[in-house]
Amino acid sequence: MALLEIRDLAVRFATTDGEVSAVNGIDLDLERGQTLGIVGESGSGKSQLAFSIMGLLARNGRATGSVRFDGTEILNAPPKVLNRIRARRIAMVFQDPMTSLNPYMRVSDQMAEVLMLHKGLGKHEAVAEAARMLDAVKIPDARGRIRLYPHEFSGGMRQRVMIAMALLCRPDLLIADEPTTALDVTVQAQIMQLLADLQREFGMAMILITHDLGVVAGACERVMVMYGGRVMERAPVGPIFADPAHPYTQGLLAAIPRVDQKGERLTAIPGSPPNMTNPPPGCPFAPRCAYAMPACETMPPLDAFAPGRERACHAGLATVRAGHAPQPDLPEPAAADLEEAPAGILQEAKP
Amino acid sequence: MIDSRQMQSLAARLAQPEVRGRSPWADARRRFRRNKAAMVSLVVLVLVGLFAIFGSQLAAWSNEEMDFAIMGQAAQLGAPSWSNGHYFGTDDLGRDLFSRTVQGTQVSLMVGLIGAGIAVVVGTLYGATAGYVGGRTDGIMMRAVDVLMSIPYMFVLILLLVVFGRSMSMLFLGIGLISWLDMSRIVRGQTLSLKNREFIEAARATGVPAWRIILRHIVPNLMGVVAVYATLLVPLMILSESFISFLGLGVQEPLTSWGALISEGAGTMNYGTLWQLAFPLFFFCITLFAFFFVGDGLRDALDPKDR
Amino acid sequence: MTAKPLIEARDLRVTFQLPAQGALPWAKSRLLHAVGGVDFTLMPGETLGIVGESGSGKSTLARALTGLVPATGRAIWQDGTDLIGLSPRQMLKYRSQIQMVFQDPLASLNPRMTVGQIIAEPLTTHHKGLGRDEVRRRVKDMMDRVGLLPNQINRYPHEFSGGQCQRIGIARALIVEPKLVICDEPVSALDVSIQAQVINLLDELQRDLGLALIFIAHDLSVVKHISDRVLVMYLGRVMELAGSQALYADPQHPYTQALLSAVPIPDPQLERDKRMIPLRGELPSPMSPPSGCVFRTRCPRAQALCAAERPALLGDGHLTACHFPGALRPEELAASA
Repeated sequence: MALLEIRDLAVRFATTDGEVSAVNGIDLDLERGQTLGIVGESGSGKSQLAFSIMGLLARNGRATGSVRFDGTEILNAPPKVLNRIRARRIAMVFQDPMTSLNPYMRVSDQMAEVLMLHKGLGKHEAVAEAARMLDAVKIPDARGRIRLYPHEFSGGMRQRVMIAMALLCRPDLLIADEPTTALDVTVQAQIMQLLADLQREFGMAMILITHDLGVVAGACERVMVMYGGRVMERAPVGPIFADPAHPYTQGLLAAIPRVDQKGERLTAIPGSPPNMTNPPPGCPFAPRCAYAMPACETMPPLDAFAPGRERACHAGLATVRAGHAPQPDLPEPAAADLEEAPAGILQEAKP
Repeated sequence: MIDSRQMQSLAARLAQPEVRGRSPWADARRRFRRNKAAMVSLVVLVLVGLFAIFGSQLAAWSNEEMDFAIMGQAAQLGAPSWSNGHYFGTDDLGRDLFSRTVQGTQVSLMVGLIGAGIAVVVGTLYGATAGYVGGRTDGIMMRAVDVLMSIPYMFVLILLLVVFGRSMSMLFLGIGLISWLDMSRIVRGQTLSLKNREFIEAARATGVPAWRIILRHIVPNLMGVVAVYATLLVPLMILSESFISFLGLGVQEPLTSWGALISEGAGTMNYGTLWQLAFPLFFFCITLFAFFFVGDGLRDALDPKDR
Repeated sequence: MTAKPLIEARDLRVTFQLPAQGALPWAKSRLLHAVGGVDFTLMPGETLGIVGESGSGKSTLARALTGLVPATGRAIWQDGTDLIGLSPRQMLKYRSQIQMVFQDPLASLNPRMTVGQIIAEPLTTHHKGLGRDEVRRRVKDMMDRVGLLPNQINRYPHEFSGGQCQRIGIARALIVEPKLVICDEPVSALDVSIQAQVINLLDELQRDLGLALIFIAHDLSVVKHISDRVLVMYLGRVMELAGSQALYADPQHPYTQALLSAVPIPDPQLERDKRMIPLRGELPSPMSPPSGCVFRTRCPRAQALCAAERPALLGDGHLTACHFPGALRPEELAASA
């Protein structure tokens, strides 16, 4: 049995502008000790997916479907059940550590509180254990610095404190939501290295949510690419970079400038991400897709086409692999359709 | 070939009819309309305003006339009645309470609106300038505000009215002097946070002169806060005026205001002329409530993130 | 090189005075050296990339060049004028020549103004005589040029996506036909697929209009892509300045090498095999930077000389501020790890 089993998960938000569906029918299995990278742009629903697993959706959000953790249904579970599982068995690391640390409490007290609450340790043991954990995340002079307040740490050190806090109860699953986005590259590299080491050491499963394909390449075994609240492609990390089977994955890889290659003109994906209050029918990527066809009005299923590899696309695998889709005849952008207008012109401007 | 095609499509794009934008104000209006309490309060305020403007046309008696048939027997004869034209009854001197209430409403609303108006204009410009210029200028300007605020203003107001005599203009002067202080502080705080926004930097980098940055970039972005605070300021002004009038230092007879009427009504309550208290008090209360609800509604409408 | 440089910065410094620690009037105020003596030249039509981590002073440098923060030193414009220390009135003439594009696309646009008003603002500031219709026509042309629909001229910023907002910001910068555009992290707030659109747009506009570009970013791969030359900053000082190809292929300064080794590569095989150069410790406080070379406290190659003497920015075309430049050897890496 998988550690985490998600079936047909959907997340919707009631807003003043109507209902927004952030996540649409996602299935996912995660085994113990496995690392899954979830890649997507803003609005792809990757963070909301994590929040719904943790039961942390905003008040106007509603999740449907099923999330089973180690056999227990945790989606929309009562707070009592959730609290027992959160922190003890599933922990989360956020993008901005400052928002999840209490600025008026010493780090030692905040960490000890978690241990006293969940493990019933005494204050002294709890602080000692917390210091050990700060050591484990390689904070120099952990014993001395545990008495400091969060703002006295630098950005990278603060993220280490967050990770230490998440690991206090030795969770089975760590969800890291853009853990390094706010950090400098050199610090990012250190944190990613640390996460990889800790994951091996503690034998936990990890879900790494990020927009940076480079980070995923180094840290994950499997990658799930999301767009517009749906899974576009899912595969082991090797094939997804070497042989992307979905037009979106392809476009994403072509759009990143790379330090290790000679610079030439980047291949941009035309258009803008979909407006989720009024998503396009069917495949959300269709309006920006070079391979789009009438069939894309309906959402293609996520089908396995090779062992461990799945894709959701109507276009034939061979066509997509061949690349260089017939350049779509650039349509005159419709005035009312603001979201998709400009890129077409941009593409046209350059012969 | 490509060029001519591009030129054609360029011409076509330039000729397309312009799309109308949806301004942040329009969005706020839409949200405000959905707030029932605020909308009802707005209607109430409009009705009170209409009452102040056109009330005297409905009155059977002018506010200066005395009904000699009733004078001295207000408790027995002065009760509200349709037949003798005293819809709200009369006071002890036989003056028609309806037209007195109309007049009191006029005065009180005027005091409130003019006080808030001075606060908006002076306070916004003063605060925005202090905040935007910053440094020493800011220090001096804000210390001046602090000094003015540290003076007990009710005391100063009473002193002004006693020394220079009671008059409407003195009342406006006194209220105007103090009303903008809080506003300028609030506006300055907001300006300080706006000042570091990138669009202000962009304007500065382009060389837009300071006064234009204040008027075009800072003030419009402050209007939300200012509007909310101003609607809450109007009832505060009305309250101060009422308090002064209640002490007997406010507007002078034959002029009157809600405060003066309520004071009078409270004084004669024991003689059984409750209407003298009830009608002015009713208008006073609903207006204050309405202003508070509208202020709340404005805040929610202009700042949806804060909910 | 026979052409005259567009701008030539010599010993450019920005120092901020921080309020004193303590309320007593005689308490000394502290100085923060955000930019400590930067030299570079920029040719017309050239793109200079500036990279550095947070706290390196790269954004402050940009603001010093546009006169948004007071600076000392010299910044000689093409016509021989020193831009530093000009009065606001004298500076006005040059403000239309130097324009800026900002990081946060939405925050850099006034939410209460229409797109047309926003783009027109530099134009109406610098060319006061233009008629309304002429301004509108030029704004529409520029909107079309940056890939926005001209009929959107009356819309407000919040009705556009992030990428489109950045196009508005670019249109605003270009409408007065500047010679130099300074882009401060113009794509770091955008999604990857949109990033590429904006980079391509800048690239293309730069070539078509003959603009000089200063492109500031923390993302080394983006800078590499767009720049002719790249300047690496650390703690307010220049570490290395070289042609883009040379810098990325053969970085000389240990800091540049560490920075490059930390960039994640979107290729699992390369990413796992690559050798990372770890940096010791943390960024020192800019209030009290280390003596000598500012990078020495974290450098795997630091020696006594590095603390004693500040290395000059030397080299022929490939400039390095290091006493011991050159690629780090494996044994040095092992020692620092």
